[in-house]
Order: sequence, then structure tokens, then C-alpha cells
Amino acid sequence: MQYAILCYHEEDVVWSWSKQEDQAVMARIRVVQERLIKAGKMGPSLRLLPTTSATTLRKTPEQPLVIDGPFAETKEQLLGFYVIDVANLEEALDVARELAAANPGGAYELRPVAVYFPDQRNPAGA
Amino acid sequence: MTELARIEAALTASRPQVLGALLRYFRDLDTAEEAFQEACLRALRVWPRKGPPRDARAWLILVGRNAALDGVRRRHRLEPLPLEEALSDTDDAETALAERLDESHYRDDVLRLLFMCCHPDLPATQQIALALRIVSGLSVRQIARAFLVGEAAMEQRITRAKARIAGGGVRFETPGAVERAERLGVVAAMLYLLFNEGYSGGDGSARADLCGEAIRLARLLLRLFQTEPEIMGLTALMLLQHSRAAARFNDAGEIVLLEAQDRSRWDARLIGEGLALVDKAMRHRRPGPYQIQAAIAALHARAARPEQTNWAGIDLLYAALERLQPSPVVTLNRAVAVGKVRGPAAALAMIEELAPLLSGYFHFFGARGAFLLQLGHRNEAREAFDRAIALAGSPAEAAHIRRHLDRLMCEDTAPPNA
Repeated sequence: MQYAILCYHEEDVVWSWSKQEDQAVMARIRVVQERLIKAGKMGPSLRLLPTTSATTLRKTPEQPLVIDGPFAETKEQLLGFYVIDVANLEEALDVARELAAANPGGAYELRPVAVYFPDQRNPAGA
Repeated sequence: MTELARIEAALTASRPQVLGALLRYFRDLDTAEEAFQEACLRALRVWPRKGPPRDARAWLILVGRNAALDGVRRRHRLEPLPLEEALSDTDDAETALAERLDESHYRDDVLRLLFMCCHPDLPATQQIALALRIVSGLSVRQIARAFLVGEAAMEQRITRAKARIAGGGVRFETPGAVERAERLGVVAAMLYLLFNEGYSGGDGSARADLCGEAIRLARLLLRLFQTEPEIMGLTALMLLQHSRAAARFNDAGEIVLLEAQDRSRWDARLIGEGLALVDKAMRHRRPGPYQIQAAIAALHARAARPEQTNWAGIDLLYAALERLQPSPVVTLNRAVAVGKVRGPAAALAMIEELAPLLSGYFHFFGARGAFLLQLGHRNEAREAFDRAIALAGSPAEAAHIRRHLDRLMCEDTAPPNA
């Protein structure tokens, strides 16, 4: 069974950490990751940039609306996500619009990725 | 991170919103600051025992407000309000308060707090010091160290500045759209000055920490004003400039020019965030000076090697900035891009008419010397470099020009065929 672990925290606290504090936390996390990598259980993981860098595509019956900022509603739930590699926000929005046409309703939040760690499982076990 | 450090981080992060809300309530900065301090002391006492509340800000505002009111009531021999231990269990009061204090409230509270520090009677450095003390909650000692002055002198400066803004007449009503936009513009300018104070210091110095603080406050402002392209531009500009911090000075503390910097030392995460914000801002098609400067910084950031820099794009962006905000310094910067695209002669022609306006400006003579040198006018170049050294604002700037001069000297004295 594959599990996604979604990380929540207060971002103004986390982004106020000094470089040293940030590195200390990352070092502790890395210990856990290393163990999972050795066990062949570590899939892709990533750290997102702050919500201030986010743009939201709200799907409407007509043209989807582009809104500055993160997804902020509470009546919808997180049901999945994509990682795409594009040149800029415009291209990312084009992809999101295509997806929106295929799957109406709800919204997509587009958030740039700060750090991306690729899949560490060996191909046979994946 | 220890429990205590975690609580302190949460208190620091909450400070602008909580203090801003308390200021709106009490309409007096001293009372609001005392109330905030009292709330923090109680948080340090209660949170380790009972765990942090679900909404730390609402808790701090409520407890701070009650503590200050309690003081007033005690003086009037009235019934005290319930203790904060009891309050943190009463979810209803907390939730109700939190609902009334949604982000839209915080946004004018935080803006008002920052705007108060920007009193027009105060010189820029005092506005910055005040913002660091009041909004960021830095200690006088920390601020004094960053500004390279004594603690007593800084204490006095902040006390005087505070007295000045106490009678400043900032309005506490929710501002209208025009007033809000004006406040945002003034605050943005102050934050950029704060950033530049830090930028002039080397990486890792107390002064350089000011860059991080300016970015933290800009991110906060952007979270509260999510659709303002100029705030996106300001934040992006700071992030992109700060991304080069580790590469801007060599081990001897000398300035390393953009083209000579080791780009592998640029901070990719800050660049990523800055580029994303430039993209977001551009979508609004409402260009402004911060957005254009950020777009210029973005073109530098996108070039993996200096020769890949899109100088033609930078020339166009500076031309747009010249139209929006005409200034000889902008033209001088544009000339550097013109020099790359159309050669040193065109660049020199462009800055020739700036000479009377920039006769006291270090970078003018530095740039002029460099163009003249490229054209082979060695004596004139040396003259310009001499003027630049005389005008250098820091040892690092002077050392940079001296390296040019030393090279000129070496080449002059070397035998012709060496």
C-alpha cells in the first residue's frame, strides 16, 4: 500500500526559522528518510514554497477563475496532486486549465516546489 | 527545537497581528505593548503546562486585552475578569473572537502598525529602527548592533521616535481603498529601505540579518494583501537580491561583481520563490517600479552563466523604469545594459549628460571608468576611477575600484612585449 503523508504547519513560524534552525530540523528529518531509503520504502518527497507564491485556479461552469494566493475554502478536501515540470506560471496554468476541462468542479492550487527529492525505491520494489 | 524555543517562535510570528489588534483596541501604543508583553509572559507560563491553544493569536489578543483591562478595573475596584487558565478552556469565547478577527481585520491592523512607524517627520533610519522595535519585536541591543551604534544611543533614538509617533494622529477607523493604497506604498518603501540597510552589510553580519527581517515582513504583508502586484514585486525583488548574499563578498570581504560571482552559491530556493512571484505579478498587467526591478533581477537569476544574461531584456525593463520613475541612477543602470548590447561607446554617450547630476556618485565614476577602459581611453579611465575612490561609501567599494587601478598601473609599467 502506498501512503502519502501531507505536512501541515504554521508557515509564518516555519519560514521565520533561522538557517541553523532550519538545517537542524532538516538533519533530523534526513535520519528518518535515510532509514526509509535503506528499507526501499522512500517514494518521492518535496517541500513547497510559501503560500504567498501560490495561485489558485477555481473551476467554474464558464472560464476558470485565476485567484492570487492559496486554496482557502474548507468545504472541499484534498483529493490528490500532480508534480509537473514547466517553464513558468503561465504554462502551469495552461496545464491546470486542461485538467479543469477534463474534471470540472473544485479548484487547483498551483504552488512552486522548493526542493524535490525523487523516488528512492529500487525499480523492482516500486 | 526545545518547547520554549517553539513557543518563542510562535510569539514572534504572532506579534504583528496581535499587537496591531491590541493597538486598534486601546488606541495607545504603550498600553498595547504592555498588554502584548503581559500576554506573552502568561503564554510562557501556561502553554508549556496546558499545551498551546488552537489559535495562538486569538488567545494572545484576548489575554492581553483582559490583562490590560484587569489593570484598569483593579484601579477602579471592580470585579476582575476570569483567569486565562479558565479562558483557554472556553472554546466558545475563543472561536467567536477568532471569527471576528479574520485575516481582513489583521490586514489593516498590521498595516496600521507598520504605517505608524513611517511618520513623515522621522528620518528613514529612525522609521526603520522603530519598525524593528515595534513590529518585529527586536531588542534595542539587536537593533543597535545592526546599525553599528551604541545601545544607549539607539535606546534614546527609539524613545524619541516613539514619543513623536504617539501624537502622530494615525486614524484607527478601517481605512478606505485610497488610504489603504497610500499606506501600503509608504510601508513598502520603508521595508525596502530596511532591506537595503541589511544589503550593505556582508553575509552573516548582524546588519545582514535585516534582509531576512525585511523579507519576513514583506511575506507577511503579501499574505495579508494577496492581490497587490507591487507587494509581489517588492517581495520578489528582496528574495532575488538576497539569493546572491553568499556570493556577493569574497573571503577578504571585498565586493564580487554580479558577473564574477560563483552562481552555484546563489540560493536556489529564494530564486524559485522570487521567480514565482514575478510571474504572479506580471499576470496583473499593472507594472510598477518594484515589479520592474524584480523582473530585472529575475533575468539575472535565470542566467546560469553571465554570458547567458538577457541584456536586451534588461535594457527594455530599465527603459520602462525610466518612464515610470525617471532618475539619473536608473539611466546609469540602463547604460550598463546598453554597454552589453550596443557597446561601450553607446553607453558612454548615454551617461555623458548625467555628469552634472551624478558628480557625487561613486557608481557613476566606476561605470564611466569601466566604459572608458573598454574603449582604450586609459588616462581618462584612471581619472574616473580616482574620482570613484574618493567617493566610495565603504572600504569594500574602494577596494573594488583600486583593483581596476592596480591593473591599469601594472599594464602601464610592464614592458611592451611582456
